Amino acid sequence: MTRPRTLLSILILLSLASITCALAVGSAHLSGPAWWTALTDSTPSLAHTILWELRMPRALAAFATGGLLALAGALMQVLLRNPLADPYILGVSGGAASAALLLMLIGAGSAVIAGGAFAGAMLSMLLVFGLAHSRGSWTPTRLLLTGVVVAAGWGALISFLLAVSPLGNLRGMLFWLMGDLSDAGTPWPALLVLGTGLLICLPLARSLNVLAHGELQASALGVAVGPLRWGIYTLAAVLTASAVALAGSVGFIGLIVPHLLRLLIGSDHRVLLPGAVLLGGALLTLADTLARSVLAPQQLPVGVITALLGVPVFLYLLSRTAARS
Amino acid sequence: MTCLLQTRQLKVTIAGKTLCEALNLNIERGQCWGMLGSNGAGKTTLLHTLAGLRPAAAGSVLLDGKSLSALARRTIAQHIGVLFQDAHDAFPDTALNTVLIGRHPHAKTWGFESAEDIALAQNALAATGLEGLELRLISTLSGGERRRVALATVLAQDPALYLLDEPVNHLDLHQQIAALELLSARVRNDGKAVMMSVHDVNLAARYCDHVLLLFGDGTLMQGPTGTVLNRTSLERLYRHPIVSVAGPQGPAFLPG
Repeated sequence: MTRPRTLLSILILLSLASITCALAVGSAHLSGPAWWTALTDSTPSLAHTILWELRMPRALAAFATGGLLALAGALMQVLLRNPLADPYILGVSGGAASAALLLMLIGAGSAVIAGGAFAGAMLSMLLVFGLAHSRGSWTPTRLLLTGVVVAAGWGALISFLLAVSPLGNLRGMLFWLMGDLSDAGTPWPALLVLGTGLLICLPLARSLNVLAHGELQASALGVAVGPLRWGIYTLAAVLTASAVALAGSVGFIGLIVPHLLRLLIGSDHRVLLPGAVLLGGALLTLADTLARSVLAPQQLPVGVITALLGVPVFLYLLSRTAARS
Repeated sequence: MTCLLQTRQLKVTIAGKTLCEALNLNIERGQCWGMLGSNGAGKTTLLHTLAGLRPAAAGSVLLDGKSLSALARRTIAQHIGVLFQDAHDAFPDTALNTVLIGRHPHAKTWGFESAEDIALAQNALAATGLEGLELRLISTLSGGERRRVALATVLAQDPALYLLDEPVNHLDLHQQIAALELLSARVRNDGKAVMMSVHDVNLAARYCDHVLLLFGDGTLMQGPTGTVLNRTSLERLYRHPIVSVAGPQGPAFLPG
């Protein structure tokens, strides 16, 4: 068991490094010693305020968002038994976006928008579950198809909202749709959801390993498949909704990170789930640091960075998988 | 002594079709049962019902005298192992990891597999002739090798009752005999019981002491192999003329 432990240790170091990097990079240039003093010394100063009230909350928000999405993605992939599933597959992001854009259109504040996005995400999940439910049973395929169709419906609503919005609102809406952390509020609720979510699913990780071999097989090996599936779906939806409420719909992290880890360490969820939280968090923190520094003072939505890096990485992984099988 | 698995007035239906009605079956430790029937006669459905994986239309299935519907899945899995017709693996995994999932019903919630679990899995792989393939990805194995990985998973689970759906499917002649010898040894020496569906009448005749014939119209026959398995019953079962010839281990049945 040395390999999982080594990997998790490396990922913890990577996470710490990513947060340090996010704290070190920014438009206000601080020299090394000044940076260290501002970080460790609690005397009020401009540098202290920049580090602790601007960069730290944003770094933690990025870490929480990345961790939430990667964990939700890993859970969705095993539940739908589809390596191409991502946290948004059940139309969760569409529901959140529709609610958020509607609130932006009527000029609501950012806390209301975050709450609305969360509610929209949960509403969409319930809608998909309700529609996919037929005569007491649902299959992953049916759920997936329903999710795709409901997402298309939300897509139409989003286009409508964009079309009727005044020009001044469009930029904010577009940033939200691509995923953006510059307006992110306090990261603590999301971090709390992330920690609780991980604690809930770690004891279930072994059952998820069995579930990856099929529902009947899992049932025959003593897994209570029904309750497990419901519980994990709900958890994944709450994780995704929390991420979306904080940062809008950031793409690719939830798809790529679990995939990357499966290639590195296989599909043991006891390692994969904590690994996904760490790697997802670290990668999104780094991506967000890039997003706010690469064209500084102009800020990019972090979703642009994750997509720009995510697309080639994903295509590479796909071709590797195809070559192996 | 109570039977290991018992059915009382069991009725099994699928899509409105009755596969069996009022089945009273008694599987005891030390017995090897063969289930025969034409395609679509309901062998798989009946096996799944016996494992508690689908509800019966009427009647009950009892494990050591207790109704399956009253037992937790985990308890059932500690006593009944199921080999399915096909595997549905979502992600590529190694042969050893796949066999290790057989230990799931015996494992604690936290932590990794114990050295004992790994030893059991490795023994199961060795017993099915897969030594040296432990770290190969399942997707790179042949159909017969994958079938033996699935069999090794049930062996690692170490249940009292093996419910096997066409266990020798995809296996070559030598591996068919090896797998059935292995199972009969477990039945004879360790007091286990087997119920398996098979298409090869002669393998059933050679390895099963009891057979259950499913005629597909709701009727069935069961009993000791010597009395139930004959030309008349097989001709009715497969709706095909059968000739019986003298073989080294008793009569052999050939399609006429």
